[in-house]
Amino acid sequence: MKTTFAMAAALSLAAQAALADATPITWWHGMGGANEQVINQIAEKFNAAQQSCAITPVSKGTYEEALASGIAAFRSGEQPNVIQIFDAGAATIINAKGATIAAEDILTQNGHSFDRDAFIPGVRWFYADASGKFIGMPFNSSAPIMYVNDEALAKAGVTAPKTWAEFEEVAPKLKEAGYIPLTASQLTWMFFENFFSRNNVQMATNTNGYDSFDGTELRATAPEMIAFWARVKDWHDKGWLGFYGAGWSDNQKPFEEGKVAFWIGSSGSFGGLSKTATMPFSADFMPYDETVADGNKSSFIGGAALFAFSGKPEAENKCTADFFSFLTSTEIQAFYHQATGYVAITTAAYEKSKADGWYDQHPQAEVGIKQLMLPQGEWSKGYRLGFYPQIRVIEEREFNKLFSGETTVEDAFKAIETEGNELLARFAKTSG
Amino acid sequence: MTDVTQPPGAAATLRRWWQRTSRPAEAAKRVQFDRPLLPWLFLMPQLAVIFVFFYWPSVQAITSSFYLEDPFGFGASFVGLDNYRDALGSAEYRRIAGFTALFTALVTALSLGLGLLFAVKADKVIRGRSTYRTALISVYAVAPPVAGLMGMMLFDQHIGPFVTLAAKFGWTMQVGINYWDTAFAMILVSVWKQVPYNFIFFLSGLQGIPASVREAAVIDCKNGFTRFRTAILPLLAPTAFFLLIINITYALFDTFAVIDVMVKDKPANNPITLVYKVYNDGFRGNDIGGSAAQSVILMVVVLVLTLVQFRWLERRVHYG
Repeated sequence: MKTTFAMAAALSLAAQAALADATPITWWHGMGGANEQVINQIAEKFNAAQQSCAITPVSKGTYEEALASGIAAFRSGEQPNVIQIFDAGAATIINAKGATIAAEDILTQNGHSFDRDAFIPGVRWFYADASGKFIGMPFNSSAPIMYVNDEALAKAGVTAPKTWAEFEEVAPKLKEAGYIPLTASQLTWMFFENFFSRNNVQMATNTNGYDSFDGTELRATAPEMIAFWARVKDWHDKGWLGFYGAGWSDNQKPFEEGKVAFWIGSSGSFGGLSKTATMPFSADFMPYDETVADGNKSSFIGGAALFAFSGKPEAENKCTADFFSFLTSTEIQAFYHQATGYVAITTAAYEKSKADGWYDQHPQAEVGIKQLMLPQGEWSKGYRLGFYPQIRVIEEREFNKLFSGETTVEDAFKAIETEGNELLARFAKTSG
Repeated sequence: MTDVTQPPGAAATLRRWWQRTSRPAEAAKRVQFDRPLLPWLFLMPQLAVIFVFFYWPSVQAITSSFYLEDPFGFGASFVGLDNYRDALGSAEYRRIAGFTALFTALVTALSLGLGLLFAVKADKVIRGRSTYRTALISVYAVAPPVAGLMGMMLFDQHIGPFVTLAAKFGWTMQVGINYWDTAFAMILVSVWKQVPYNFIFFLSGLQGIPASVREAAVIDCKNGFTRFRTAILPLLAPTAFFLLIINITYALFDTFAVIDVMVKDKPANNPITLVYKVYNDGFRGNDIGGSAAQSVILMVVVLVLTLVQFRWLERRVHYG
């Protein structure tokens, strides 16, 4: 016991001595479990690769908690150098001009080159400003994809659908074979935000909110959306769509147990699913709506990006820039992609993973990238909506009401639009 | 307090009202300090704690509630009472307030009632009394989030035994989707968590009642229930009053963790309480002004509730 303690003390002293000359920087993130381990590995790799900087990653809990802690820290002048912010929180931090240094700027100011075209098309716009300048550095990106229960398909003698019409053809056969044809996790991301992107429908006025926060309105009652959800509701009534609650795992669990034929999940779910699924599974693109003229476009990226907080000394900013540059290196990107299941965000990392033969062993891991590399529509670049985490709360509430028969499709989406627009108007006032 | 004539004025009127309604301080409890600053010195640590953790944040909350603020603190525009109007004018907010009232009433009534029932029954047990008591009290050691987690498992749609049990009676229980099913589960878990606390206090209250009083009551009245109502219950009143306040506070605030775990971080259409809404809007939605206004409303509600309890209810309590 005593020896262990002494050894630990000696080790930590040695570690401190080694890092004594290095400029320390901190990185707050919202990852736990296996993904947190990978983040720690990346930090170790960075610290081992050079001597002048030492990064310390700190988990702040969930994405939302990381954002809240970052805000509180910034207000009291204790902000970390780097913070991970999730998709729905992007507008909050990008709107706070002066809180962050644009990823592109911090890199070029510190002598690194930056090439927007090195990134795969799907991730280029989401964390960028209206002119395309990267404000956040895309880090862990995911796409909503469809996981397929191979056993169920074989038993029912059907193939995976490309469009929702094809789904409607195979669903009765799957039901007859004793399966729940479809479940989906986080409907806000899958069937709301990514309905807009995948089918190239405008999500909000002011170019999805990119042009200005003032007067931006959500287009929740877009006719395409209403028509699609009328079908979704119909699927639920017919027993083609199982809905078990707003929690992510509520709808993943029955798929893992082999009761469900198709599950719409995240490309990042792949790692976990390989361990928990009780049957062989494959993956495919999330189906698109064939009734919308310009469909089958790339989806919005999910996941999160890294932002560099302002108000830090030059030497630390230099380290942050070095770290960003290190992160986008092909080797690290490929490592992160293969270790977590998040998509590779640079073309080079994608090519490397291909060359490594990674997709021959794990064809499912390629689906998300391929979906993000689909042609991009005018409306599939991203959205910039303030208080969006709260708007998601409204969407979740209305979806639940819809499936428990307390509301109709029209009323639900009218409520989302009205209450969502109230929040957007409030947000526009905060920036005034 | 001296008995010299009060100077006239509003403050004096208020003071007289206070003196009239509160009990006169007992002379024996008074301690005289010959140096006037000494008592303040002793009070300092407590005052400092109250100032830092209550008054200061309260003032900040009240100030923020009149502003619409950029989360990062770059800009704030004064909006007057808009935040209050937005909160109180929202149908969703009123629905949550209604549920909070119902939830608080049910949780308080049920956990006090069950706590009292168990205490009265356990008080009568002679053989193996400590085993019974330990079994009943042990639940108190369960932390609220853990209680929530247990509730979540018990009511899980795929593996929950309660769901299977309900199905036997033809009740398709869908916690997480059906509003009232979730409410039922939340209330059950919250009550279960609080009963042992009430049990401990009621039991010690019961044991504090002298045997002579009980025996005298037995001579006067044969009916056990009437005896309990007329002799035992009034003697338990101080304990019950204390527990009432604690239980209301518990239902309003401390059930947060139970709710958070049971709705799995995604309230959707599930019932939540006002305090959860404050958290949701403030910490997850970063709407500082709106969330501050809601917390001020909540503060006022609790203040009024506590005042009412102390001014009206406490006067009926006999402290023996």
